[in-house]
Order: sequence, then structure tokens, then C-alpha cells
Amino acid sequence: MANPENLLYSKDHEWAKIEGDTATVGITDYAQNSLGDIVYVELPRVGQTIAPHASIGVVESVKAVSELFSPVGGEVVEINPLLEKDPAAVNRDAFGEGWMYRVKVSGDPAPDLLSAADYEKLVTTA
Amino acid sequence: MSAPDAADVVRGRFEPGATEPLIFELGHPGRANTYFPNARALEEFLPAQTLRPDLPLPDNSELDVIRHYTRLSQRNFSIDTGFYPLGSCTMKYNPRVNDAMANLPGFRDLHPFAPDELAQGALALMYDLERYLAAIFGMAQFSLNPAAGAHAELAALLIAKAYFAKKGEGAARTTVIVPDTAHGTNPASAAMVGYKVVSLQSDARGRVGVDAIKAVLGPDTAVCMMTNPNTLGLFEDHILEIARAVHAAGGLMYYDGANANALMGNARPGDMGFDLMHLNTHKTFSIPHGGGGAGHGPVGVAAHLVDFLPTPVVRKTGDRYALDFDRPESIGPMRSFWSNFAHAVRGFTYILANGGDGLTKVSQLAVLNANYVRVKVREFLDTPYDEICRHEFVASAQELKRETGVRALDLAKALLDHGFHAPTMYFPLLVPECLMIEPTETESKETLDAFVAALRSIVEQAKRDPQAVLAAPTTTVVGRVDETRAAREPDLRWKAPA
Repeated sequence: MANPENLLYSKDHEWAKIEGDTATVGITDYAQNSLGDIVYVELPRVGQTIAPHASIGVVESVKAVSELFSPVGGEVVEINPLLEKDPAAVNRDAFGEGWMYRVKVSGDPAPDLLSAADYEKLVTTA
Repeated sequence: MSAPDAADVVRGRFEPGATEPLIFELGHPGRANTYFPNARALEEFLPAQTLRPDLPLPDNSELDVIRHYTRLSQRNFSIDTGFYPLGSCTMKYNPRVNDAMANLPGFRDLHPFAPDELAQGALALMYDLERYLAAIFGMAQFSLNPAAGAHAELAALLIAKAYFAKKGEGAARTTVIVPDTAHGTNPASAAMVGYKVVSLQSDARGRVGVDAIKAVLGPDTAVCMMTNPNTLGLFEDHILEIARAVHAAGGLMYYDGANANALMGNARPGDMGFDLMHLNTHKTFSIPHGGGGAGHGPVGVAAHLVDFLPTPVVRKTGDRYALDFDRPESIGPMRSFWSNFAHAVRGFTYILANGGDGLTKVSQLAVLNANYVRVKVREFLDTPYDEICRHEFVASAQELKRETGVRALDLAKALLDHGFHAPTMYFPLLVPECLMIEPTETESKETLDAFVAALRSIVEQAKRDPQAVLAAPTTTVVGRVDETRAAREPDLRWKAPA
């Protein structure tokens, strides 16, 4: 699946959609494909303050348990309630219904986030 | 679930591909053997508040129980029935002499509360085993107390914590460095003890770089956890410089013994600069394991950490042995009594049966076998770090997956149809679609050739007819299981039919 142009990407395979001072965050399609069938997602708590690149959750697939690293910093304002019951949503639609949490961004988004084109380069050379 | 008809259950067991019923489904009220028909009812001796009106235990005759579990055991895959190349797990043959020694009545029937003077033989064995391990791995002293590998990691990190607390650096030293080529349990053990884990990426050669480690070292560094050879099967050739750098920063070096089968008689963690280490007697020294069976995880330390070892230790005075509990700086016991003592007997037997020369050869043959399989496997699968390996190597099905949709998981499943257990999959995480293959020293060339031929034929079949590989295994008692559903909707216990 193509990486949408309107998102920013981290080297840890997370995406962020910045709208005003809110960022919606998830993992990329490349990430879900590498992980395989996802069976459990542990998200940060609403109200939790998170720093860019900090480990703030866990994705467990049939292959492995991987950490979630936030591409942005700020306060978590919402989590995707669907993922507790249906973690497979991340496999089905990583950029859509499989979104993970929303952050009220404080400060600038991390300067090392990549454009869709640069992220594409990263995963094709990986 | 409705109760299956008992006759159907019994008949069903004899049909091809039948699923063994649960022990609960086999029983019948009143069928259990009663060995004490004239004994007074147990209830008479128990306080009323401990009694419960019902206890839904299965009600089976002894013969049904024996048949049930024997049948299940026949369906298991084990090292006694087939080749088991599970990387980093060292599934080697378990010589029967080890069990024979562990079954000697003097060892087997010894009560754990036996006073020292009645347990001199057992204490002497523990004392000598400890001395042997210290000599083989170059450490000042071992404790045989921890009951498994990860348990010993925990012990080692508690020792590190006690050491830094004594130096007054307990609050400052908060991080543990774990390279991505370390053993999989290391980050979890560090987190258990309250350390912050700093992951370190290995370099293009699959090793820890000296500059990379220097970049993450600091006054907060407590421990650097490594295994050597690492989980790619490669020897960390800058280990002396790495150890010097960690020591210069005031940190400790920890050696994970998962891969010790490559070392015996050839290299010693103590000489590489490691301050702490553990061993898996059940891997390196051939004790049956897997499936969660009992383990044995001695933890070893350099001279400056001896006082912190778990209690008790066996002390020798003249020709008498005694358990010493009076060690004020010890982290205390990790496990009750003498830990898994029968495993100490097995490991001790293995060491004596092989001798120093034999153990040296064990490690050399383990390395030779791994390299033999590696150069055959690279003819049809990528081997990303393609150089002389130690006791194990990694292959990747990434290219095959792109080409055919057949993943490492599917290759592993298909191997079962050929009578082989799967290698370790998807570890280490830095190799995509990873297969980690450890043949061990006990396999013949014929077995290794048969394994390579099976893997080759599966890869060829994947290119011809990927669907067939995706459907494997088809010849096993239980076919392809739905692992995703099992993880998403776990059904872990029997429930009485309503």
C-alpha cells in the first residue's frame, strides 16, 4: 500500500497526521506487514504526557512483541477504542481505522520526521 | 460445549487424525482409583472453612490416565524422536547416563532437609560442579541456586544492583545496555530489576561497534548485557575493547550463557572481561528441556562480586562440606533448598563423562556442524551475515516471501511434514523473516544432510506451488493451527458442560 502524502513518518515506522495542534498517530502499513497478524495493542493512557521517540506502548503480533515509539510529543487526548477488541484493524487498515492515539502536540513535531517519499526510500532500501 | 458421548470419545481416539480428548472428557463419576478404601474421610481432619462443596476434578481410572498421557507423549516432538535445530536453545542429545546418575538412590531419595553430615556426597557434587564451571568459564565463583536461564539473569542483575548500592552508586546507575544481538530475555530481566533498557544497534558486520557502545556509556550505565557468540552466531571480535570501555565508565559486563555451547575449552567469558554470567546447564550440559521443563541456571561472578552470590554456597573445610548461609552481603536465596539438584547431578555427569578434552571437542563439533549446514543452506536461502559462524547461524526467507508469499513461519511448519522440528523463527529481530539454525554437535552428517535436503525441497516447492507450503503441515496429528485466533481468543481451560 502506498504511504499517504499528507502524513509524516518516523524511522521507527510510525506515522503522524498533523491537523492544527493535534496529531493522530499509528504504525505504517510496512510495519504491520512486517509484524504479521497483530494480536494485542497496548496504548498510552489518555492524559499521559509523552516525549518524542519515547517508548509509549507495545504491539504484539504472532511473531514478536515490539515497542511503540511516539513520533511526536505532547499530551494524549484520545485513544482508538476499537483496538482493544479488534487489534486486527491495524492489519486491515494501518493508515485508517487502525489509528492508535491522538496527541495535543506541544512544541514542534520532531524535525527528523520524514516525508512520504523519503519514508518510501527508507523501507525499500531496508 | 456439550458432553461427548463416552463411547464416541473412546472410538474417536482410534480414528486417523483423531484429537485426543481432554482428561475431563474421558472420566466417569466414581471411576477414580481409591487406594485407601478403609481410611477415615479426609474431611474429618480438616477445618470446616477449608472444605468446599464440589471440586470438579476429572474422575478417571489409572489405566485411562496412563493411556491418555502416553498417547499425548507419543504426539510430542522431542529430541528423542527427531532433529531439533532450535537456535539459541541448544537442543542436544541427552545421554542416558546423566539420568542414571540422577536416579542413584543416594541422590534421588535425599531429603532436602537432610543435615549436612548426612548429605556429604551431594554437597561434594555441588562443590565440585561449581569449581568445574568456574574453571571452564573463567569466573571466580558460581552459585548453582537459580532454576533457569532468565532466573539467573535476574540473579545477576540483583547482584549488580547490590554491588552498586554498596559503592554508593545505586541511585546513579540506572541503565542497562542491550545490543540487538543479545539474548531475547535480557531486556525483560533488566526491566524486572527496575533498570532502564538502552537498545544498541549492531553494525553492518552484525557486531557491537566500540564507538557505538562508547556513545551510550555514561555515569548512568550499570550493566552491558551481551552474549558471545551473539544471536547471529558471530563472535564479538571487539569484546576486549568493549569490556574496557564499559569498565572505564564504571559499568559491569554481563555474559548471557545461552550460546556457551560454542565456547567450552576454546574461550572463556572471564578472559573476555565479563564480570557476571549465567549458564543454562539444561542447554550446554545436555539436560532434557523445552516445553517449560525444569531448568538449571548457575550464575557466575568475578572476584569483586563473590560476596553478593545467592545463598547458600557449599563450603569445604578439610574434607567436610557444609552449606553456608552466613553471607551478609548476599542477595539471598533465589530458590528454595538446593534448587533443581537432579539437574546438577546430570550436568556434573556430563562434564565428567566428556572430560576437558571432550568438552573442547563438543564445542568444536557444534561449530563445525553449524558451518556445514550454513554453506548448504545458502545455496537456496539468503544467509545475511555470510561468514564463518560459531554454533548457529541465521538465514532469511525475506526474498522468498517477496517472490512467493511463503514466509519463515511457513517453512517452519512444512519442516514438520519432513519429520524435523522448526528452527527458531523471527529472532533475532534485526533479520527479517529470520530462521536461526543450531544443529548442535550430536547430529550425524546424514541427519544434517537430510535436514538440508528437506529445507531445500520446501523452498523449491514454494517456488513451484506456494499454496502447498502454505497448507503445511498435513501429515502431523494436528495440522496448521490458527495461531492468530489462539492469541486473540485464548481458550485456556476446560469448562464443565452446562
